[in-house]
Amino acid sequence: MLAGLGLPIAAGLAGTLAPALSGHGFAALMDWPGLPRALALSLGTGLVSTLLALAITVLMIGALHDRPGFVAFRRMLSPLLALPHAAAALGLAFLVAPSGWIARLFSPWATGWDTAPDLLILNDPMGLALTLGLVAKEVPFLMLMALAILPQTDMARRGQIAASLGYGRVAGFVLSILPALYRGLRLPVFAVLAYGMTNVDMAMILGPNLPPSLAVQITDWMGDPSLQHVPTAAAGALVQLALVAAALALWLAAERILAPLIPALASHGYRAWGWDAPLAGLAGTWAGLIALGLGAGMAGLALWSFAGLWQFPDALPQSLTLQTWTKAAPDLAQQSLTTLMIALTASLGALALALAALEAEARSCRPIGAAWLIYLPLIMPQVAFLPGLQVLALYVGAKGSVATVIAAHLVFVLPYVWLSLAPAFRGWDGRIGLAAACMGTPPARIFWRLRLLMLAAPVLTALAVGSAVSVGQYLPTLMLGGGRVETLTTEAVALSSGGNRRLIGATALLQMALPALGFALALIVPRVIFRNRRAMLAERSAAR
Amino acid sequence: MTLCLTLKALQIDRAGTPLVRLSATVTPGEVLTVMGPSGSGKSTLLAALIGALPPGFAQSGEVFLNGRNITDLPTPQRRIGLLFQDDVLFPHLSVAQNLGFGLRPGGSRTERQDRIAEALDRMGLAGFGPRDPASLSGGQRARVALARTLLSEPLALLLDEPFSRLDQTLRAQIRDLVFAEARSLPVILVTHDPEDARAAGGPVVNPL
Repeated sequence: MLAGLGLPIAAGLAGTLAPALSGHGFAALMDWPGLPRALALSLGTGLVSTLLALAITVLMIGALHDRPGFVAFRRMLSPLLALPHAAAALGLAFLVAPSGWIARLFSPWATGWDTAPDLLILNDPMGLALTLGLVAKEVPFLMLMALAILPQTDMARRGQIAASLGYGRVAGFVLSILPALYRGLRLPVFAVLAYGMTNVDMAMILGPNLPPSLAVQITDWMGDPSLQHVPTAAAGALVQLALVAAALALWLAAERILAPLIPALASHGYRAWGWDAPLAGLAGTWAGLIALGLGAGMAGLALWSFAGLWQFPDALPQSLTLQTWTKAAPDLAQQSLTTLMIALTASLGALALALAALEAEARSCRPIGAAWLIYLPLIMPQVAFLPGLQVLALYVGAKGSVATVIAAHLVFVLPYVWLSLAPAFRGWDGRIGLAAACMGTPPARIFWRLRLLMLAAPVLTALAVGSAVSVGQYLPTLMLGGGRVETLTTEAVALSSGGNRRLIGATALLQMALPALGFALALIVPRVIFRNRRAMLAERSAAR
Repeated sequence: MTLCLTLKALQIDRAGTPLVRLSATVTPGEVLTVMGPSGSGKSTLLAALIGALPPGFAQSGEVFLNGRNITDLPTPQRRIGLLFQDDVLFPHLSVAQNLGFGLRPGGSRTERQDRIAEALDRMGLAGFGPRDPASLSGGQRARVALARTLLSEPLALLLDEPFSRLDQTLRAQIRDLVFAEARSLPVILVTHDPEDARAAGGPVVNPL
């Protein structure tokens, strides 16, 4: 059943391959003068952002994991993860743009600027703003993944042993825990690398324009209504896929070279006490910058949506007004409704599939075959197979319908629903089911009345995760919706190139609010249902 | 004599190594104790008897309950009650809902409520119905688990070291209670504690 997930990807790749090979696609692509720069941008921003995000994550865990502030930081992670990429990018853009909040805070008293300077901070040709945006968004993701893996690494005891042998905190962590942690973190890191190289929505908002990164250019070509650029886009998609494969190969080669270093270093016996304080300071600074950047970005979006007159050097608007909201209310309501409907349908569908597969696995006592296929949509760049799916959808006349968009979302929602649900589902105490079966309870009743109800909290969390992923989807909505399915995300990205900051703020704020609402419900509902069931509440807090 | 639990040349192997080899007949009111150190195949025997043998085990021989061959029946249709080391109460249900889950289907709402109240009363837990299982003591939880199993009207009872998590005094009390309540059923007790075997008073065998 889950093998069916491979189908849309295979079909998409085939749909990409055909036009690329049949026409003059490759020739046209080679004629595009921006190609070398676009390739370099994709590779550079992807590799650098992944390296930085991984380094910051590891450093923060290694240097700060038992510090008091870490628990608070941990609690912020899930909401940060629910923040859609486009909203995060727009928030950061409002912060660092030449007319953004940072420039306003220092103007005119420090900079002497009375009008916004003509600087290319945003959309800089090197892709620095894009790289930083990616880092800010990926650190929370890698951190959450790492925290899920850490319990399996026996971290507390290994850390104590290393400390009792006289090792510094960071050195002990790197030498005794990091290898096991990294083994579990590989798949998420590959996903981050593939995403960093090929994402479209963040690159449109923060990345360079002339030329843009390859993924953005492919999207532009696909969006051309004359369809004459489809072969070029298809050829570009294949080149993009090859580039991601090459980057992954490069990463694997680097792993090979770096892996023996840790045992070699360990046998030297350096205790490296002196590194702890500076590294903790560095990690704390990064954590603070990321939290501050994303937090201030979100606050900026909110403030702009309520701003009246807000001229350049002013740090705050002169007045607050509801005008933006009232004027755009009909459009925003329509877009929110579409977004919500797609998100709920796709995540409920993914939940049903995941539950069916997990329950079948539990009943047959056999692990699911081809489970790795579930992870394929995480690593396979969207821009490599969505053009093919778009061509196919056009061919069968399914392009532009909400149902097609939902089906496409399902492919990307399912892996996250699965990742979120599977550990809790498999970790359910099997003796409960056995005890019920011995009382004559049929399997279906055990599933509905015991397993599903007891797993209410993880099931709702999986739904919230799935909805958040769906709300954040840009490319599948754009390509398979054919411009006719307008969600908050497509609207926010479309607005980003214009200057209407108030409307951008309102749209992005709603885009953040929907996933946040989902997570809040997933947190509150089980607490209300199980308010008189201490063991259910304790289980939940122990699992967190 | 058809009212009994019969194991006919029951043998369980894993990777060619026999773990269990047992022939026995247990009559109602009799307690067969299977003794052995941990890892000796006791739990495997219980899993086979309730029809929940994990993959990787090979089973031969037959199991009869009251004259019916139950060897290949799925767990819910065997009507063999099981008490675990822990109480394994359903944490999301109240005490009364736990008992209601065990109670065989049928009867009106009032009848079912009456039977649950009666069972609680019998266990010395009158009025505990609306309670959260997590708020009970170990002994109280063990009694709820016993009542829940008995309400499902099993035709035989398996005990998987059901007293090992309780302290000494409580252990003797609950043991006596279980044996008294199961007077009309064939019982198989699995344990590594000689004291349990003595209290059971029946024959003691080795799984192999």
